[in-house]
Amino acid sequence: MAGPRRPDWAKRGLFVLCLVPLAWLAFDVANDALGANPIEAVNRRLGDWAIRLLLISLAVTPLRQAFHWPQAARMRRMLGLFAFFYVALHVTSYLVLDQFFDWAEIWADVVKRKYMTFGMLAFTLLLPLAITSTDAMVKRLGGARWRRLHRLVHLAAVLAVLHHFFLVKVDTTEPLLYGLILAVLLGWRVAKIKATSKSVA
Amino acid sequence: MLIRRPPDIKPSEITPRGLYLDRRRFMLAAGALILLPGSAGAALRFDGAVKTRWGEGLDITSVEDATSYNNFVELGSDKSSPKRNAAALVTRPWSVTVEGECLKPGALGVEDLLAPHPLEERIYRLRCVEGWSMVIPWVGVPLGRVLQRFEPTSRAKWVEFTTLHDPQRLPGQRRAVLDWPYVEGLRIDEATHPLSLLAVGMYGDELPAQNGAPLRLVVPWKYGFKSIKSIVRIRFSETRPKTTWNIAQPDEYGFWANVNPEVDHPRWSQKKERRIGQFFKIKTDMFNGYASEVAHLYAGMDLARDF
Repeated sequence: MAGPRRPDWAKRGLFVLCLVPLAWLAFDVANDALGANPIEAVNRRLGDWAIRLLLISLAVTPLRQAFHWPQAARMRRMLGLFAFFYVALHVTSYLVLDQFFDWAEIWADVVKRKYMTFGMLAFTLLLPLAITSTDAMVKRLGGARWRRLHRLVHLAAVLAVLHHFFLVKVDTTEPLLYGLILAVLLGWRVAKIKATSKSVA
Repeated sequence: MLIRRPPDIKPSEITPRGLYLDRRRFMLAAGALILLPGSAGAALRFDGAVKTRWGEGLDITSVEDATSYNNFVELGSDKSSPKRNAAALVTRPWSVTVEGECLKPGALGVEDLLAPHPLEERIYRLRCVEGWSMVIPWVGVPLGRVLQRFEPTSRAKWVEFTTLHDPQRLPGQRRAVLDWPYVEGLRIDEATHPLSLLAVGMYGDELPAQNGAPLRLVVPWKYGFKSIKSIVRIRFSETRPKTTWNIAQPDEYGFWANVNPEVDHPRWSQKKERRIGQFFKIKTDMFNGYASEVAHLYAGMDLARDF
């Protein structure tokens, strides 16, 4: 067994990798490379990476089992937390850059617009998952309860994809692609549950 | 966000304007002799366009922003792709057909369509249905004056405009994201309103492809999608035209599409807008600030129902 003190280079590498989209965005902001509507561009870019990381974190378990790659489990929490990190930045950019704390407008948006309702709901569902992501919290909740709670991520991912889909005006290629990937990832889980229950029976 | 740098060429080093114009005329003549097919040619500057009172005191959007942030699905479905794909849209020669309920229908080149009228420069606000806006100096001719030449009959209650349908020159039309070709329409009194402009240029130059070259409509009190680009057909009709966005999503894009801060788009509020180049959103004005000119056109209409 590896000693607890040995640095985990794969994990560190992934940490840096997850910060690349943010660094890239910061670079574009600094170089005024975001076009005529930089606020919209910042918000879109953060949202894109939030949804991508959410899907990547959901792909960890299927990939781990398909490729017999147990080490991948170590990456799951970090990917999940980075997904939440980009979601939080995306929401912040909406509240601050886009609406500039116009709470009346923000509330009206969330209540009236389907895509906003879905988006905010997804964010709200992810919030307790981020809070309970520490080892201490896993212990406190107990493995079974913790796992049940963290199944909310599936619902959050569905809401996130719908949020993206309903925002797009005409070209739905990208949200449909994310939807397809999510369907595969969730479908794999359903198939897995069915297979297990069959083998038990 | 735009950082303005001082020009690195002294004004005194620049060729005197008269000489420069003469040279351009010479180049044009040479070009006409050689007749290179498909050559872009030197962009003509509309120096002679008559300045008008429209837009006095407004801060004009930078030409860079106005030509790189465009909704023109025929040249790509995001904001930056129309500029990237602009080269595909060859605009010479360009013929416009005028037909329907009029006494003198015909097809003529875009130059001949506008030739009898003095070009005007008009600085208008442009408000997109998506919640952003710009201020653009257009060059064109009041649409009503052009339409009159074709002598519309009493049955001409509406005017329908159609964009070029050519997936070679407008590659976005290869995908059926909208029902091609793009069609827009106005009621005849809207079309002949002195604010309605048939534009051939912006910022003193020819329209770039991504902004609807070589001929587009500009109806400043309506959302931008009414101002149809790259027009090849104008038709007078007795019945209301079926318009593209209205066909695609009738609950989101009305036929009238008058700028109205009181009527939300189903997916967002229209109370405010982001003026491109500014950080804080600004209030959207009724009829995009042209209410005193156009409100009477809609007297008695329920603008929440007929949005």
